[in-house]
Amino acid sequence: MQWETVIGLEVHVQLATNSKLFSTSCNHFGDLPNENTTPIDLGFPGTLPSVNQEAVTMGVKLGLALNAEIATESYFDRKNYFYPDLPKGYQVTQMEKPIFSGGKIQFECESKIQTIQLHHAHLEEDAGKSIHGVIADHSGIDLNRAGTPLLEIVTEPDFRSAAQACAFLKKIHSLVQYLKISDGDMSQGSLRCDANVSVRPIGQQALGTRTEIKNLNSFRFIEQAIQHEAARHIHVLESGGTILQETRLFDPDKNETRSMRSKEDANDYRYFREPDLLPIIVTQELIAQLKETMPELEDAKKARYMQTLGLSDYDASILTSDIQIADYFEAALALSDPSNAKAIANWILSDLLGGLKKHDLAIGNSPIVPAHVAQLVARIQHDVISSKIAKSIFEALLQTPNLDSNAVDQIIEHQGLKQVTDSSSLQGFIEEVLEANPSQVSAFKAAVPEKQQKMTGFFIGQLMKKTQGKANPKLLNELLIQSLNRAE
Amino acid sequence: MPITIVDIHKQPLTTLVDLIHQQKLQASEVTDIFLRRIKAFNSDNKSFLALAEPAQVLEKSALNAKLPLAGLPIAQKDLFCTQQLPTTCGSKMLEGFMSPFDADIVCATAEAGGVLVGKTNMDEFAMGSTSENLYFGAVANPWNPDRVAGGSSGGSAAAVAASMVPLATASDTGGSIRQPAAFCGVTGFKPTYGSISRWGMVAYASSLDQAGPIARTAQDCAYYLDLVNRPDSKDSTCAKHTRTASYPTIQAMNAETKPQYFNNKTIGFLPTWLAHEGLDPIIGQRFNDTKALMESQGAVFKPLELPSLFYALAAYYILASAEASSNLSRFDGIRFGHQCQNPKNLVDLYTRSRQEGFGSEVKRRILTGTFVLSEGFFDAYYKQAQKIRRLIKNDFDKAFASVDLILTPTTPTTAFTTGQVSDPVEVYLQDIFTIPANLAGLPAISFPVEPHQGLPIGMQLMGQRWQDTQVLALAHAYQMQTQWHLATPEVGEAL
Repeated sequence: MQWETVIGLEVHVQLATNSKLFSTSCNHFGDLPNENTTPIDLGFPGTLPSVNQEAVTMGVKLGLALNAEIATESYFDRKNYFYPDLPKGYQVTQMEKPIFSGGKIQFECESKIQTIQLHHAHLEEDAGKSIHGVIADHSGIDLNRAGTPLLEIVTEPDFRSAAQACAFLKKIHSLVQYLKISDGDMSQGSLRCDANVSVRPIGQQALGTRTEIKNLNSFRFIEQAIQHEAARHIHVLESGGTILQETRLFDPDKNETRSMRSKEDANDYRYFREPDLLPIIVTQELIAQLKETMPELEDAKKARYMQTLGLSDYDASILTSDIQIADYFEAALALSDPSNAKAIANWILSDLLGGLKKHDLAIGNSPIVPAHVAQLVARIQHDVISSKIAKSIFEALLQTPNLDSNAVDQIIEHQGLKQVTDSSSLQGFIEEVLEANPSQVSAFKAAVPEKQQKMTGFFIGQLMKKTQGKANPKLLNELLIQSLNRAE
Repeated sequence: MPITIVDIHKQPLTTLVDLIHQQKLQASEVTDIFLRRIKAFNSDNKSFLALAEPAQVLEKSALNAKLPLAGLPIAQKDLFCTQQLPTTCGSKMLEGFMSPFDADIVCATAEAGGVLVGKTNMDEFAMGSTSENLYFGAVANPWNPDRVAGGSSGGSAAAVAASMVPLATASDTGGSIRQPAAFCGVTGFKPTYGSISRWGMVAYASSLDQAGPIARTAQDCAYYLDLVNRPDSKDSTCAKHTRTASYPTIQAMNAETKPQYFNNKTIGFLPTWLAHEGLDPIIGQRFNDTKALMESQGAVFKPLELPSLFYALAAYYILASAEASSNLSRFDGIRFGHQCQNPKNLVDLYTRSRQEGFGSEVKRRILTGTFVLSEGFFDAYYKQAQKIRRLIKNDFDKAFASVDLILTPTTPTTAFTTGQVSDPVEVYLQDIFTIPANLAGLPAISFPVEPHQGLPIGMQLMGQRWQDTQVLALAHAYQMQTQWHLATPEVGEAL
């Protein structure tokens, strides 16, 4: 039998607000346990939440970017359950009326434009973390993450493959960074997702029984987990078994999913409207203002790069796939002659990204800043240095921390890397080389013109050695040919 | 020159403030009188669960003499967080708990020159109508120690009635300010929901909880309300704008030579409820006396039918319990509060900490609340109760289109004998007159009328939301005509 996989995702986006969703605590990672907490985050008696308007604005921004219906009035609800990392004994979330509903996202995958409909997205607070094995005989609780604002995006079950789910997530990952509402750092859990997976015979309308895989926090795991889970479903069904509706965890080491809890064990969360908070009101003014200040998003940017800057589809795709790369590119471009767009793109795509990867650096931490790239390209354009010298400068800069913004010109100056463009001095070198290599000169003269072209390589090599690579290659080539033709 | 004033402790707060401001009395001298009374009577009536250091109170009192509250000692109900004294909510669960911050009402009181003198006893987590606190001891009614003080703010009402403080804060979720005020013969005011910040008031039922004062007079309540009623960004449900002050209206009334405040006032009353079988006939009689007095002053009474009120009690106990079950989840034995010994595992830690820390009424309401919110029952209970709440609000809105205020008794009976009521539902019936104001968020005051057989009786005036001044002004008008609010029990008159 032919099977079709049906997938729906719940994506948790941690919002990059300054403070937490309901308190003034710093929304920041990597600090000492419980450092970023106030009595509100600790659930102390007598504390009350106050909504962080920045989080609401970020939610609305995303909704607008996804063409969703923004709720002008939405509510918070309480989800009640006991857990040590949940200080109040309930999580404040949006159950009944979320911040936005609907919306869709389009992306290319499997050589087709895929359209995924969203069900809704809701705001909620994150829980803290239990820490085991650090304190003898005790578990620790770190509430730094408690109260961190999350936006949970829930899709319709529109995916038909793990690859589509993964491509969607990459799109969301890029989008939240474009909107500057999340750092999207999956290794820190800033973006994570739950996948609802079911399978059905191709042609069948009704959905199969689904299982939910929790807490997937890398693109690779998402793809692997879904593939594995779908295969498991098919195997169970084809062996005459039935799928239990349950929550499962993915173990990337063993590449398998394991049952976490069945539907019967599921908590009764006793949702009800959060009485400590008023409805979230989103005014038409805010919507209008956010629409007006909406940044250029990935697709629009890519189209512009191709149409106005003449970049290829491939180059434009990579440059816009990550807002940090696009921002870098545009910063370099802003300091350059517009005709250098392609050259700048090439430097970023091949030398910069490759070099950063080699040195395990993020683009945000690159020692080479856009101004350096702009300088290099300008110096090449104006024949101050050769591309070859430029590459060696680039490699050197990549390994130098705390560079001066003028570092490119400084290196050229200090190391005397300027091209030799003076014909008489180049002519002198040529005479020397020709004199030192009479047999090669004779061979050149004897050769047919088609061969001659190749044979200049030898002389150029010798000359570059003599000039330490600084000779202007075009001029050198011209002078060499003239000299060879004149030679006895 | 200072003058001699008899029975300083019996004077209303505003009288004492004036005398101190006019330098006819010294703040610390007045405070010392109250401190001595607290010392003498607290072991008997258990109004206080914690007391501030007297020397410190006196020192602050002298420093604050020129401020609006003139350095007078103010008691805080033990569910308002204070950094200086423990905040227990009358529960073993929070025995010895020190809050890292002060409630907004505590800050506002201190800023206005009130001096925190102690924390008053209460029903555990404000759930109850008797203040017979099983863990810390029951509050005795100053009028008769065999009678309960009412609840949940029984300690606050008793402390004012016994002239241990001129004013105490209290909280009212279903009548917890007004019912003990009625039982103890003092004036208790529950402002419009959202008037006073709930920041630092340990939550029982967030959508119903409202802080307010218990004092000798409506005038005192108005004076204090103006000082603590302020916007607070820490409480989203607190009104964003400062309400118009109430005290100037009261002062204007005092200045009138021929006060005619009841003229042109239409007051609603509820005949069906006055015929309720649970209503003590003497209460009905006092209601008629009060009505007659107001009518003689020019008020017009209008009978009202508010059919939705029949469901008020049921709706209240569903909604309040539901919110309580969630609000009290934070008491899990992990970060603060009672923790059981040697827990075997997480579930054992939760179970025993809560089992040992909470009393039976709190457990009853947590169970009720958990039940009404659970899957399969939510629609039948919680959702229905929310609908009833909306209907009640609508019924009141309609009623207030044709009446200025509504007069009812505060309680169906006078204070009952200690340990008399064991059936929780019978206790819940105590609240039939007070609960509607909480469900609709209305301002409501209980003021003393003529006592019966040595036991105080309270009448209640309710107004439309944000008509707090009107409610206070009419209660004040009544108190301008009567002396019942100035009667004090024979507690330690020798002092």
